[in-house]
Amino acid sequence: MSTTPAPSQQQHQQHPIGLYLKIWALLFLLSTMSYLVDYFHLQGYLRWGLIVLFMLAKAGLIVAVFMHMAWERLSLVCAILLPTLCLLVLVALMAIEADYTHLTRVLFFR
Amino acid sequence: MSATMLPADDGIGVRGLVADWSSDRHAFHVSWGKAMMWIFLLSDTFIFGSFLTGYMTVRSSTTVAWPNPSTVFSLHIGATSVPLLLIAIMTFVLITSSGTMAMAVNCAYRRDRVNAAALMIVTAAFGEVFVGMQAFEWSKLILEGVRPWGNPWGAAQFGSTFFMITGFHGLHVTGGVILLLIVATRLLRGHYEKTGNYQIVEIVGLYWHFVDLVWVFIFALFYLW
Repeated sequence: MSTTPAPSQQQHQQHPIGLYLKIWALLFLLSTMSYLVDYFHLQGYLRWGLIVLFMLAKAGLIVAVFMHMAWERLSLVCAILLPTLCLLVLVALMAIEADYTHLTRVLFFR
Repeated sequence: MSATMLPADDGIGVRGLVADWSSDRHAFHVSWGKAMMWIFLLSDTFIFGSFLTGYMTVRSSTTVAWPNPSTVFSLHIGATSVPLLLIAIMTFVLITSSGTMAMAVNCAYRRDRVNAAALMIVTAAFGEVFVGMQAFEWSKLILEGVRPWGNPWGAAQFGSTFFMITGFHGLHVTGGVILLLIVATRLLRGHYEKTGNYQIVEIVGLYWHFVDLVWVFIFALFYLW
């Protein structure tokens, strides 16, 4: 995307229906696989790793293809996707805080 | 330097503010409607992100065992109990509705407004089925004694996070169904025929796919974890 696309290309997100159907089938497959993780009672890091893997794959497909993020210009992609990384900071802070709360509860409130 | 940089007749105070913010500069080469929908979705991401982070915090800080979602959300088919069956069906219903929505956007840009409206109504119907199944799930859990302040199986925080997160998501689905039906009606009446601009369908589609996207995270982090 080094050259500026024509305005018509910007305004119309016209993509073949076949592409949507393929992504749709892929989302079905990924959902089935994440359901099977629970069905077969996988435990521990294997379970959590697979859950997160399938979750991120599904989220990526929805955002990139169904929401057309793959064809938007980088300025819009950055403006929308980069701020969400702040949530990771919140998650990290709250994970530390939850560990601390858990520790104090185990020590003093049992 | 600052005096020469300013446009001559833009005014000061509120008039200047309006002039500056509405002048011919733009960062995003999309229509204002689409840019505003994306910014709204970003803010909504933070709302759901905060809810899920709150859920993570209470779940990992409690000393009481967390109820096992696999058995809490199981359904009995005959004598066997199938884990998470209803939630799996809800997931497939929502993904299917996302697929029909993507095809509605495609039809709208081909100016095939009858098929676009029909696909949007199908999408809304799937959304309504989803909300109906969620209402069934809520009633079942309430009958079994789940409350925001406690439940029969373990940590009391289970109920409050469950009702807050799925309730807020269900509210979004309901709002999306109403929005879809309004735009589908306008499509059928030829409301957008005058301007020939069918981008509203893509904008409504963005909202609908976002609702599906949030469910992906709720399904993984609340029901499967």
